[in-house]
Amino acid sequence: MLTAVIALGALALVAAFGLAVAARAFAVETDPRIELVEAALPGANCGACGYPGCSGLAKAIVEGKVEIGACPAGGDGVAEAVSKIMGVSYRGGGERMVAMVLCGGSDQVAGKRFLYNGVRDCSSAALIFGGDKNCRYGCLGLGTCVGICPFGAMIMLPGGLARVDPVKCTGCGKCVDACPKKIIKMVPARRAVHILCSSHDKGAVAKKACAKACIACGKCVKTAPQGAIKIEDFLAVVNYDVEIPEETAGECPMNTIVVRKEGTSDTGFLDSVAAAGGDAI
Amino acid sequence: MKKWRFFGGIHPAYNKDMACSQATVEMPLPRELVVYLSQNLGAPSKPVVKKGDTVKKGQLIGEAGGFVSTPVHAPASGVITALEKRPSPLGDDMTAAVIEPDGLDEWAEGCNVERSCEGLDAGRIKNLIHDGGVVGMGGATFPTHVKLSPPEGKKIDLLIINGAECEPYLTADHRLMLERPADVLEGASLIAKAIGVTEVVVAVEKNKPDAIAAMKESIKGRGGFSVVPMDVIYPQGAEKQLIYALSGRKVPAGGLPMDIGVLVQNVGTAAASFDAVRFNRPLIRRIVTVTGRGVRKPGNVMARIGTRFADLVEFCGGYYEDTGKIINGGPMMGIAQPSLEAALMKGTSGLVLLRGGEVGQYVGDPCIRCGRCLEACPMHLNPSAISIFTERMRFEDAAQFNVMDCIECGCCAYVCPSRRPMVHHMRRAKAEIRGKSKKTG
Repeated sequence: MLTAVIALGALALVAAFGLAVAARAFAVETDPRIELVEAALPGANCGACGYPGCSGLAKAIVEGKVEIGACPAGGDGVAEAVSKIMGVSYRGGGERMVAMVLCGGSDQVAGKRFLYNGVRDCSSAALIFGGDKNCRYGCLGLGTCVGICPFGAMIMLPGGLARVDPVKCTGCGKCVDACPKKIIKMVPARRAVHILCSSHDKGAVAKKACAKACIACGKCVKTAPQGAIKIEDFLAVVNYDVEIPEETAGECPMNTIVVRKEGTSDTGFLDSVAAAGGDAI
Repeated sequence: MKKWRFFGGIHPAYNKDMACSQATVEMPLPRELVVYLSQNLGAPSKPVVKKGDTVKKGQLIGEAGGFVSTPVHAPASGVITALEKRPSPLGDDMTAAVIEPDGLDEWAEGCNVERSCEGLDAGRIKNLIHDGGVVGMGGATFPTHVKLSPPEGKKIDLLIINGAECEPYLTADHRLMLERPADVLEGASLIAKAIGVTEVVVAVEKNKPDAIAAMKESIKGRGGFSVVPMDVIYPQGAEKQLIYALSGRKVPAGGLPMDIGVLVQNVGTAAASFDAVRFNRPLIRRIVTVTGRGVRKPGNVMARIGTRFADLVEFCGGYYEDTGKIINGGPMMGIAQPSLEAALMKGTSGLVLLRGGEVGQYVGDPCIRCGRCLEACPMHLNPSAISIFTERMRFEDAAQFNVMDCIECGCCAYVCPSRRPMVHHMRRAKAEIRGKSKKTG
C-alpha cells in the first residue's frame, strides 16, 4: 500500500516536473485579446465575415488584418465592445442591413405548374424546370434559407413563402447566398417601402403566373420621388438611397408594394403573420 | 465471343411489348415545328436565319458554335415565324427557330442526292457527318464528329454499335434494327472507315431476338462484323458498362472510351450517319417511341425534329384522362415533363405516358444503411454515403466519393427501400461541384 503511494507519487512528481519544463520551453505566445474579442463576438460561427468561425475573425481583428467592425452579424454593438478591448475608437459603420425576400407569391396567389415530388430543398428543386412554381422567379417555399439562418430570424409562412424577422436578422447574408432563385436581397433596415416581386417576365405573363406580380406599369415610378423607383427589365426596383413615402404602396394596382417598419418587434412580427392569415410581409 | 458481366445493375419491368411489334409510322407534318438551336451536348448552334425567312427542307438554320457543336437544319420547308425562347424538354427555356411548314416539303438544293461512298476518305466522311448535324442518338447527343476525331496518339481498335436499348418501354432502336438493318451496318462501316477500325461489334440485348436475327442476316458477307446477343440487365446499354461487357476493358475515371481504344455509337447514330453521307440528308427526323399505358395507341413514330410533344401524342390517339406522368425518354433516366409544350429533339428516343395509378408519390425516408444501392451501382460508387453528404451540403465529401463518375442510371433509386430520391441527390451534388470549379477556375 505505502509502496504504491510512494511510487505513484514519485511518478507524478517526475511527470509534473516534465510538464512544467515543457510548458516553459515550448510555450506558444498568444495575444490574450484574441480570447476577449472572441467572447465579444456573437459566437454563431455563421461565416458571414469570410472566416470559418468567430475565433478565426477574432484572431484576424487582433492581428489587424481586418477592421474592428468586420462582423456583419454583430453590428454596432459588437463593434463597440471589440473596439474597447482593442483600445481604439469606433466611429460606427454603415447602416444596418437586413435580408428581405422579394416575392409575394404565396401558394394562394401564385399556384404550382406541376407536382414536385423530389428532395425537399430549394436548390434541388430548382434543378427541375426551375422549380414547380407558376412564376419561374418566385420563392419555392421549401425553406433552404430558413434552415440555413444561424439566428432563427427566418420563418416559412403556411403559404410557402419565406420571411425575415427584421429584428432578429443580423444581416449575415447567408440566406442571400443559399437562395437558388436569388430573390433575397439585403436592404437598409430603416427603409419601410419594398417591392415584393422579382419577376422579369413581361406584364401579361407575370400577371398570369401570380396575382401579386409586378407588371411594370410604372405607376409607382411616377408617384414616388424622383429616382426612387425605376423599371429594370419589366420589374420595378427600389433605389434604397431615396426615401419613399408610405402612401406609394397604396398606388400599386397589384398590391406588390408593401410597408415593413424597422421597429417591428419579434413577437409583433409573428403576430402580424397570424393576423394576416399567414400572409405577412 | 467472350463476354464479361459488369458489376451491379437491376432487372426492372421492361414493358416493351406495348410498342415493340408496332411498325414505325411516318407522322404527317404538324402545323408548327419548334427546332431548338441547342441540339447537342456542348456549345449551342448559331442561327443563320431570321424571322420571316423562307427555308427549304434540309437547309442550314444554325451553324456549329464551336468544335463540340453541330449544325441544325430545317426539318421541313416553310417560313420561320419566330426565333425565340421556348420551353424545352430538358428544363430551361431554349432558343428555338419556329417553322410553319408550307406543306410542300421541298428539299433544299444539294440535299437528298445519292453519292457513291466508295472513294470517300476518312476526313471527308467526318466532314459529311459533321455537316449532317449528326449527334449521339441514344440520348446523350454528343456530337458524332468529335467522337470520330480522337487526338493524336490514341488508336481505336474496336467499334461497338449499341443496339442494347436497355431502357424500359423504349423500342425505337429495336424497330430501326428490324426495319433498316442494312442501313445501320452501312453507317457502321462508314464510321469504321472514318476511324480506321476493322472490328465492328453490334450489341443487342437478348430480349430482341427478331432484331438479333435481322442484324445477323444483314452482316453476312461483311468481314470484321459480328452481332453479339447481350444479357438482359439494366444498364447494359450504358457506354462504360457495354464496353466492359464486350471487351473487359475499363474506362478510367474521368476518361473517355477512346482512352482504351473503343468507340461506341448508337444504332440510330449509325443510320443517321449513313443518311448524311450517302444521301446528303441531314438529321431532321428520328424514330421516337410513344408508349405507356397512358397513351391510346402506343407505337413508334418517324417524326420531324421539332415536332411538339402535344402533336406527337395527338398523332398516337391522345392520352387517357387519368394520365399521371409524361416522361421524355425512358422511365429510368428520362425527365418528367410539366406540360406537352416542349418539342422533339435529336436525342429524344421516347415519350412514356404513365397512368395515375402507376405513379407513386414518395417522400424519401432517411437512409437505413442497408447497402443495396452499393450492390446495384454499376459504377462501384457508394450512393448511400453520397446522398447523405448531399443532404448535409458536404459537397466536397461527395466529390471525394467520386460522385462525378455517376452515370445517373437510377439503379440506386430503384432498389432503395427508403424510396430516397437518389439520382436527384447525385445531380444536385454534381451541379454544386461543377458550379464551384467554374467559380475557382
